[in-house]
Amino acid sequence: MTQHVKMTLNGQPIEADIEPRLLLVHFIREVANLTGTHIGCDTTSCGACTVQINGVPSKSCTLFAVQMDGEEIRTVEGMEQNGALHPLQEGFYQEHGLQCGFCTPGMLMTAEAFLREHPAPTDDEIRQAIAGNLCRCTGYVNIVKAIQHAAKHIREEQAAPVATAEVTR
Amino acid sequence: MTTETTPIRGMGHSVKRKEDPRFLRGKGRYVDDIKLPGMLYMDIVRSPYAHANITRIDASKALALPGVLAVITGKDLDEAGLAWMPTLMGDKQMVLPVDRVVYQAQEVAAVIATERYIAADAITLIEVEYEPLPPVMDPFKALEADSPLVRPDREQKTNHIWHWEAGDAAQTDAIFQQAEVVVKQDLYIPRIHVSSIETCGCVASFDSVEGKLTVYMTTQAPHAIRTVFSLVTGIAEHKIRIVSPDIGGGFGGKVPVYPGYVIASVASLKTGHPVKWIEDRSENLQADSFARDYHISAELAATKDGAMQALRVKTLADHGAFDAAANPSKFPAGLFSVITGSYTLKAAHVEVDGVYTNKPSGGVAYRCSFRVTEAVHTIERMVDTLAQQLGLDPADVRMKNFIQPEAFPYTSPTGWEYDSGNYPAALRKAMEKIDYAGLRQEQAEKRARGELMGIGISTFTEIVGAGPSHTFDILGIKMFDSCEIRVHPTGSVIARIGVQSQGQGHETTFAQIVAEELGLPVENITVEHGDTDTAPYGLGTYASRSTPTAGAATAVAARKIREKARKIAAHLLEANVDDLEWQDYKFQVKGSPGRSVGMKEIAFAAYTNFPSDVEAGLEAVDYYDPPNLTFPFGAYICVVDIDRGTGQVKIRRFVAVDDCGNIINPMIVDGQIHGGLTMGMAPALMEAITYDENGNMQQGTFMEYLLPTAMETPVWETDKTITPSPHHPFGAKGVGESATVGAPPAIANAVVDALSHLGVTHIDIPITPWKVYAILEAHGVAEL
Repeated sequence: MTQHVKMTLNGQPIEADIEPRLLLVHFIREVANLTGTHIGCDTTSCGACTVQINGVPSKSCTLFAVQMDGEEIRTVEGMEQNGALHPLQEGFYQEHGLQCGFCTPGMLMTAEAFLREHPAPTDDEIRQAIAGNLCRCTGYVNIVKAIQHAAKHIREEQAAPVATAEVTR
Repeated sequence: MTTETTPIRGMGHSVKRKEDPRFLRGKGRYVDDIKLPGMLYMDIVRSPYAHANITRIDASKALALPGVLAVITGKDLDEAGLAWMPTLMGDKQMVLPVDRVVYQAQEVAAVIATERYIAADAITLIEVEYEPLPPVMDPFKALEADSPLVRPDREQKTNHIWHWEAGDAAQTDAIFQQAEVVVKQDLYIPRIHVSSIETCGCVASFDSVEGKLTVYMTTQAPHAIRTVFSLVTGIAEHKIRIVSPDIGGGFGGKVPVYPGYVIASVASLKTGHPVKWIEDRSENLQADSFARDYHISAELAATKDGAMQALRVKTLADHGAFDAAANPSKFPAGLFSVITGSYTLKAAHVEVDGVYTNKPSGGVAYRCSFRVTEAVHTIERMVDTLAQQLGLDPADVRMKNFIQPEAFPYTSPTGWEYDSGNYPAALRKAMEKIDYAGLRQEQAEKRARGELMGIGISTFTEIVGAGPSHTFDILGIKMFDSCEIRVHPTGSVIARIGVQSQGQGHETTFAQIVAEELGLPVENITVEHGDTDTAPYGLGTYASRSTPTAGAATAVAARKIREKARKIAAHLLEANVDDLEWQDYKFQVKGSPGRSVGMKEIAFAAYTNFPSDVEAGLEAVDYYDPPNLTFPFGAYICVVDIDRGTGQVKIRRFVAVDDCGNIINPMIVDGQIHGGLTMGMAPALMEAITYDENGNMQQGTFMEYLLPTAMETPVWETDKTITPSPHHPFGAKGVGESATVGAPPAIANAVVDALSHLGVTHIDIPITPWKVYAILEAHGVAEL
């Protein structure tokens, strides 16, 4: 038995006939073939599967894809715009905010939504915001720096619009 | 002649990582991202019991489910001689059991289906009848004469696996008999799990036309795995290709060969389709290999004024049901005998006994070079115990007993030759950075007000970079490592290495080594690894060995290229080879700096204009056998505040002064230390795996097994001293695990220090809030 779903994924419409029990993360990874969203724990603990649903960071390993009918989903693949990295991606690159890279897409999704609400956060506020995203490699120090790097860039950009960040190879 | 302006950015530059652009875009290629045409999915039935006979397996209902293609049991594997496989430690372990399970969550049968969800459905339809047996959970009871046997398949009818010792027992005992002061302490280093955020898995694909098996798998050691696969399956080694794609963290947990890899490979052979197997977190936490689980009893002999004289240590090592540790073959207890640490001792004697229990295999690393964390925790706790008993400052006791800088190379009482060190300089730097004297004053004032604040020190010595090959091997394969470099005509480079990154940034740091040695820009250098069809043979990345071994091989291979380049340069400059010197990344005629040629021009000439007595091309390979290990070290100081209302320990400051010799990329080294410190804090304060008496594992998800989040993790303060390794080609030492090894005792010492005025002398890790609160209550200082 399948059910028809239709949603927006990174700005593009997508529809499919799927089993009602199909997890959102499996829909994204295996139906839409966007493998940037990862699976780390299956229990909403680690945050590797974090995507944005209508702009709100959500853990896609414990949601069904059929619940997303009509919703707007955004994944890490939707961050780069016109060949330019998002300031957060640039910040993680500049500040060495990633090592194995497995938690990074989820971390970016959480941070992006957070900065929209908190454009000038303290380090403690950032740490609280990413507490649902586990990283085993970095010890978080450089992730906090990376998010501050991005926050500063976004604030400057909004104060005086300039060309977006140089494309990183 | 050259107008090269692109910067080289070799050694010492914080080059941004070449691997990041794909990870940041979600374009990494981890094993679960691989999708091959016709691919099937495997799921595994696991045992609910820690110890039981299997009396019946009925797969008929599962096989009747549409989409299920096969069910594989131990009996099927037994017919092919594959029900057991060798471990890296000379033991054997079950791939799938024929008639008996020996730990909870052990693999019992596998289902192969067309879809992931169908495979998951089918495992619930397989009926397995068990006859429970009494589980052996306590390693001490396991050694009692009437204990049930974990491994009746062995000739020796005991749960004792091996006895291992190092040092001089008689000399040590003699010093203890005469000693003015003896301090004793029992320590338990709990069982922990690496919990890389990516679990383990593979895609096995057998090409029946070519007769070739390709396995994409989460492994830190693809070449050794290929050899093991060939020996186990009988498939010729050139017909096996192991590919280690992007790895989402390893930390030692991805060194062993897990049954799932083998079963998936068999399933691909059997079905003729690629087969994917990916663990879920619960399987990963319950069944994959564990670290630590050492029950240690330590004694330290000293003089009344705090001069350390001898160390005596007895240890019971819980290895679970199979001795499937990932240590060099001759070292069943790893490098635990480095336990004399940074201190001069007249003698030491260390004993370890390995024991079987009904738990999954133990003895893999948790970001640690072969049991060094257990050793460092012991000696660093013992130094503090001595200081506390004698009423001395733990910093003073360390300074008094350090191996002095002029004493290197230093031979330890257990036989290790430390290559270089300057321990007093590192500790002084850490004490200044954190204002140690000021902290002691603050502590005295707070203590007078009833506040609980502690300061803990750890001045550890690491031992990393195995080989040398005369001492170190894994299953007989010597622990060298390798690099192959090809310089293309236009001066860009591909370097392939025998080690395998799991986040360490090898694509960047190894390119920097090549850039430094050849004088070519780091941007133009590609580093590849992890594919056994293309990379030179190597032993893989674990135990902080990549830079000491393959890093050295990379420099040596590049220097071989440079020697050939010298001949081509002489030809181009119309000079004598002996008149050329390598200066500022180019060959120049001695005394005539204007006459010079860089590697880019030389590379082009190597294919277009080479002298008649030189072969075309510009490439080299090196298999590097290190003359010794490297001995990185550090001085860590931790300040904690303890909440009397909750027992919670808060790390207020943590200063880490590390010395890993010469540094390739300071940004990456700091990142490694930040991560290592966090994985040091984790078992000190949070992580532990426990079992109930029936063998039920009690931390089966991340709801129970608590990894540090950004909230618990403090802002790590790092600094360096630099004492190059005298034997490494560019003076580097390993660094990936120093912080994991050094951090736990700094934290434990700080907590004990905070409570020492109450008479507390030791607390076993993890130092959880409830453990601390119980101590506060017992001493009447808890706040209600």
